[in-house]
Amino acid sequence: MCVSFSASPNLSSVYESLHAAWRLIQHFDADLMRTVSLSLAVSGAACVCASGLGLMAGAALATSRFAGQRVLMLLLNTLLALPSVLVGLVVYLLLSRSGPLGSWGILFTPAAMVIAQTILVLPVVVVLTRQIVADGLLDGSDTLRSMGASTLVRAGLMLLHERWAVLTVVLTAFGRAIAEVGAVMIVGGNIDGVTRVMTTAMALETSKGDLPLAMALGLVLLSTVAVVNVVIFTARAWGERVAPATVGAI
Amino acid sequence: MKSAAAVTLIRLFDTGVRFGEVQALKPLNLTVCQGEFIALVGANGSGKTTLLRLLHGLLAHTGRRESSLPAVRQAMVFQKPFFLRLSVLNNLQIALWLSGVPRVARLELAQLALLRVGLIELRDRSAHALSGGQQQRLALARAWAIKPQILFLDEPTANLDPYAKNEVEALLQSFASEGMSLVMSTHNLGQARRLAKRVIYLEAGAVKLDLPVENFFDTKAFTHANLFLNAESPWS
Repeated sequence: MCVSFSASPNLSSVYESLHAAWRLIQHFDADLMRTVSLSLAVSGAACVCASGLGLMAGAALATSRFAGQRVLMLLLNTLLALPSVLVGLVVYLLLSRSGPLGSWGILFTPAAMVIAQTILVLPVVVVLTRQIVADGLLDGSDTLRSMGASTLVRAGLMLLHERWAVLTVVLTAFGRAIAEVGAVMIVGGNIDGVTRVMTTAMALETSKGDLPLAMALGLVLLSTVAVVNVVIFTARAWGERVAPATVGAI
Repeated sequence: MKSAAAVTLIRLFDTGVRFGEVQALKPLNLTVCQGEFIALVGANGSGKTTLLRLLHGLLAHTGRRESSLPAVRQAMVFQKPFFLRLSVLNNLQIALWLSGVPRVARLELAQLALLRVGLIELRDRSAHALSGGQQQRLALARAWAIKPQILFLDEPTANLDPYAKNEVEALLQSFASEGMSLVMSTHNLGQARRLAKRVIYLEAGAVKLDLPVENFFDTKAFTHANLFLNAESPWS
C-alpha cells in the first residue's frame, strides 16, 4: 500500500484511520484495488458456490422427512460456529502436496480460498434457508400439495416465494465470507498480488504495527460491503414494487 | 344419497384419521357423486376440515379412500388462501403448470379464469396486495382454471364481508350449474340451505346426519343437530 504510518500506536486514532481510508480510496491505489477486487471475487465465488448447494439443500431439508434428520440439523447448527482457522487447516491438509487432493496443485491460490470460504459459509446458507422455507410452508404446504406439487417442486416454489429473505441469507453468507481471515490466511498464504485479500492485509499491517492502516483497510472493507448491500437492497426494493408482474412464470 | 345414474367420484370405506393420540375422524363410509353440492356443518373441532382434507387426499388415514375414475381432477380452496409472492396471473399460471397444462395453453386459460371471477384487470398486481374477497375469488379462479371434477372448499366465506360473500356464493352456484361437484364446510346454515343439495352434520369427529338439504332442515330426529341449528344465526 502506498499509504504508510509510523508504527507508533499513539497515531492510531479513529480520525487518523478515517483519513487514511479516505486517502487510500481517493488515490485509487492500485494495490488496494487489486486487494479489494480479489476479496470480492473470492468471497463472491464462495457465496455463489455455497448458495448453489445450500439453497436447495436447505429447502429440501425443510420439505422432507428422513431418519437422522434431527441429528443432521444439530450438526449443521453446530457448524454455524465453525472456526475459520479450523476450516483453513482442514482444507490445507486436503490440498497440501501430501494430502489427498494435493495433485490439484491449487494450494496458495484463490481457488483454494474459494473452497475454504465455501465450506465456511455453507452451513449458514443451509440452516437459514431451511428455517425460511419451513416457516413459509406452515402457510403454503397444504395449498401446494393440493395443487399437486411434489416435494422438490414445493421446495423450489418456496424459494421463489421467499426470494427476498433468501437474498438476505446470501448477503449474510457473503458478509461471513468476506470478513473471515483465518481460512484464507492458511490456504492462501497472503501472497502479495496473488492471494492477499482485505482481511489478510489488515492482519499483516497489524502485525507490522501499522494500526491506522489496518483500521483504514477495515473501513474500506466495510465501505465495500456497504456498497454491495446498497445495490442489492435497492434491487430488492425495486423488485418488491415491480417484480410481481415481471417474474416469469414457469 | 346418490341416484342410480350418478357417477361416484370419491368413496370412503371405514376411513378414519388420527392425529397422534387424538381420533380426529372416526371411521366412516361416505360417497361423493358427480354433480353433488355437499355442505359439511358442525361445531368447531367437529372434523369438517379433517373430512375435507381426507376426501381431497391430503391426509394419512386408516381404512380405504378410493377414486372411482382413474384420475379425478380435484382442487381445494382453503379458508385462508395461500398465494406465492407473484402477480395474480403468475399464480394462476403456476397452478396450471402444476396440473400439467401445456405451456402454450396456460396464458389463455389463466386469463379466462380471471375473467370468470372478475379479476382480469388486476392480473399484474401482486396476489398479496388483493383484498380478502379478491383473494378468495382468485383462489376460486385458480381452482376453476384446472377444470376440476370436484372442488373442496373450507369455509370459503368465513372472513368475508356480506358483499364479498355474495360474490363468492354466486361463483359457487355457477360452478355447480356447470356440473362441478362441490364439497364445502361452513358454519353458515343459511349458506348451506341456499347452495347445497346435501348436508352432512358432524359431531366430535363422527357423521351424525347425512341428508338431502330439504330433509336436513326439517329433521327433528337428532337433538344435538337441532341444538346446533338453533344456536346458529338464523339463515343469515
